[in-house]
Amino acid sequence: MKIIDPHMHMVSRTTDDYLALALGGIHTIAEPAFWPGFDRSGVASFHDYFNQLTVSEPARAARFKVRHYCWIGMNAKEAENLTLSEEVLAILPKYLDRPTALGIGEVGLNKNSRNEIRIFELQVALAAERGELLLIHTPHLEDKLKGTRIIMDILRNEPRIVAQRVLIDHAEEHTIAEIKDNGFWSGLTLYPDSKGSPARAVDALEVFGPERICINSSADWSVSDPLATLKTVNEMRRRGYPEPSIKRVFHDNPREFLSQCPKFSVA
Amino acid sequence: MTRPNCNLTMQEILDTYFLENRARLLEIASFLDRVDRGGDGEPRQELDLAAEGAGAGKGDFRYRAFIRALGLLLEPGGGRTRAIQLCFSDQSTEPVESALGLKATGAWAGGTHEDN
Repeated sequence: MKIIDPHMHMVSRTTDDYLALALGGIHTIAEPAFWPGFDRSGVASFHDYFNQLTVSEPARAARFKVRHYCWIGMNAKEAENLTLSEEVLAILPKYLDRPTALGIGEVGLNKNSRNEIRIFELQVALAAERGELLLIHTPHLEDKLKGTRIIMDILRNEPRIVAQRVLIDHAEEHTIAEIKDNGFWSGLTLYPDSKGSPARAVDALEVFGPERICINSSADWSVSDPLATLKTVNEMRRRGYPEPSIKRVFHDNPREFLSQCPKFSVA
Repeated sequence: MTRPNCNLTMQEILDTYFLENRARLLEIASFLDRVDRGGDGEPRQELDLAAEGAGAGKGDFRYRAFIRALGLLLEPGGGRTRAIQLCFSDQSTEPVESALGLKATGAWAGGTHEDN
């Protein structure tokens, strides 16, 4: 089975991880722009980062026959700095035009602050103007419920945004139902400590249904696992699900969402 | 995909998942015992396995939220996971003025969620 992981931060991973992805059948991935674990000092750093996402990383992935796409955006963590954020927003169109950029992401909220909301609203407006897909980052832990609700309010207030062209990521048991009820896609992230496990992700599929749900590893520079999707495939097999049900979750669903961008095709 | 039930029977679920969740339960028990042994922040000179801590950490909002969440584990009805998520969540609606210096802790310092 070929698997799509729609959310991986490969700039933080080793080349060995690409080999592991290829061996495991993860042949198509998408990498959102995010916070590197430290605050960058200026817009030049973002030029370098967006070039890495759109040029260097696809080339590194291609050595292993992994097809690499990306999302371009100003992350919520650094959005607290309004001056820097406005400079970054000005350069986004240049990189959104690149052939492997699928849309604006991951953008959203981190601590639900006024500055974060301001920069998120500007990027929602940019997505509406350009007809871009949106990949949304929801806050961590205790801030997730409140942030998810604020994000959905902002999206609903922009009439040009079509709900099925938005994936709200890092959803958990207390936010999935509201996201789906509002017509958006949900992303479930598999983190060993701070988000869902393979067993909880499959529980969520059983409770909320597989419609408009994608599962990702969000493998990055912190505690995470680039093969987490494979472990969740195994969890579904452990529970006796037939292969077509598994393929739907790990191939067909992400393909359906990402294919709304005409640049996307499965490897 | 069958919904909202699991593909497995209750017996199969126990056969498959009991041991790993027994281990998780013991991890939680061990964590709470560790909290009970915890001191008041002053370094100890030597390991004293019998020492009882002052328990100052038990007023911490994270500890209190954790204990509330443990109570939710015994609630019937299949909604435990969501209830525990809500127990740890900030349920206010107003944006914060600034995110500078703020970090996620895993529990909300601002309320008790008695009504959830």
